[in-house]
Amino acid sequence: MSEHAHHHEHEHIEFNELDWTDPKRHAWLLGLLVPVIPFIAWGLVEATGLGAFWFFGPVFLYVIMPALDTAIGKDSANPPDSVLKRLEGDRYYRFCTYAYIPLQFASLIGACWFWAYGNLSFVESLGLALTVGLVGGIGINTAHELGHKRPAMEKWLSKVALAQTGYGHFFIEHNRGHHVRVATPEDPASSRLGESFWRFLPRTVWGSLTSAWHLESERLGRSGGSPFTLRNDILNAWVMTAVLLGGLTAVFGWVVLPWLIFQAVYGFSLLEVVNYLEHYGLLRQKRDDGRYERTQPEHSWNSDNVSSNVLLYHLQRHSDHHAHPLRRFQALRHFDEAPELPSGYGTMILIALFPPVWRRVMDHRVLEHYEGDVTRANILPARREKVMRKFGVAA
Amino acid sequence: MTVYVCPECEYAFDEEVGDPREGFPAGTSWSEVPDDWACPDCGVRDKVDFEKAP
Repeated sequence: MSEHAHHHEHEHIEFNELDWTDPKRHAWLLGLLVPVIPFIAWGLVEATGLGAFWFFGPVFLYVIMPALDTAIGKDSANPPDSVLKRLEGDRYYRFCTYAYIPLQFASLIGACWFWAYGNLSFVESLGLALTVGLVGGIGINTAHELGHKRPAMEKWLSKVALAQTGYGHFFIEHNRGHHVRVATPEDPASSRLGESFWRFLPRTVWGSLTSAWHLESERLGRSGGSPFTLRNDILNAWVMTAVLLGGLTAVFGWVVLPWLIFQAVYGFSLLEVVNYLEHYGLLRQKRDDGRYERTQPEHSWNSDNVSSNVLLYHLQRHSDHHAHPLRRFQALRHFDEAPELPSGYGTMILIALFPPVWRRVMDHRVLEHYEGDVTRANILPARREKVMRKFGVAA
Repeated sequence: MTVYVCPECEYAFDEEVGDPREGFPAGTSWSEVPDDWACPDCGVRDKVDFEKAP
């Protein structure tokens, strides 16, 4: 792959802009593999007679994706600045994201059918719930791409994609909360040095929910309104979830409801583990006037592993995303000066589940990023003294 | 009446039309918008960063 990347860098110097073609153009269609994973699982179960294949979703996530990160490697080539506008205007890329949603719903309905009529054992049903939860969780990534865009139709599709996981408030909190306060102690979705994923998870889930509610209450309150109205984007998004899960329960029976709830929790936990990776320990400094410095490339962890990037619409080119949140995924760029995760998201979300491994892999990287000055990091207050002792600085 | 533009994403706040969705009805003067109000489209720039449209 490095040869491939080099080839494109070389092209940057000599190419004619009108001739430039996006090397990942067709690869983006691979993102649509994710929502059909439950169908692949079903095919594998049918072909082999092994019910274990209902767990194909987690196997894909925790085994195949890390293996692909390592096997395929990185590509840091950027589209030249002069083609960004043309690239963003190309509607093909939008349809790659829109197409996720009908496939996501087909998977969810299929899963309900199997829970209700498929004669699955409890363990097989659990495997299917994890597999379809993966689709919902990565669906939050699709919703993320769409929710940042100006057209009302894309914002609406974002809410539709969030319905499966009941995470409609993400669409508010992410754009109006997280992007404003990223890499500060005030952001529930920015993880702190010394904070394990398991400690971060309840803090971000509850903190993001309350923050989203606060933001909507404030917005509606400016014109004297109450937050208890369907104009509240959190409530109308949750109505979609209630209609979806209620409708599926009405059609397939009570047996599917516990699984629907379980897959939603697993799905949004996947989104939160991705949140955990993106800003670990990074901190914006306060300026003299009391405002935080502007978000810079150095305030997000990036990753350029091709396989994870293609499946998550360049979410890993996270610094450019935070600098230019409306920029469409195909036009996001790699920055040499941004801190880089040691592997792709596929690998890192697995490591995040094991805090001692995570600390060993990441803590020294945070320290190196701050040139040994740990006081410049976003440290978990409860562990501040311990972190200070560990990195050899008097508290 | 003046228009103020977000330097990141070009979202424009026109005092004449306001932004009713944000709770600023038509005719809201820029000085009535709170300083910590962030751009509703990109979220990365605050009111005080906005530039007056020429």
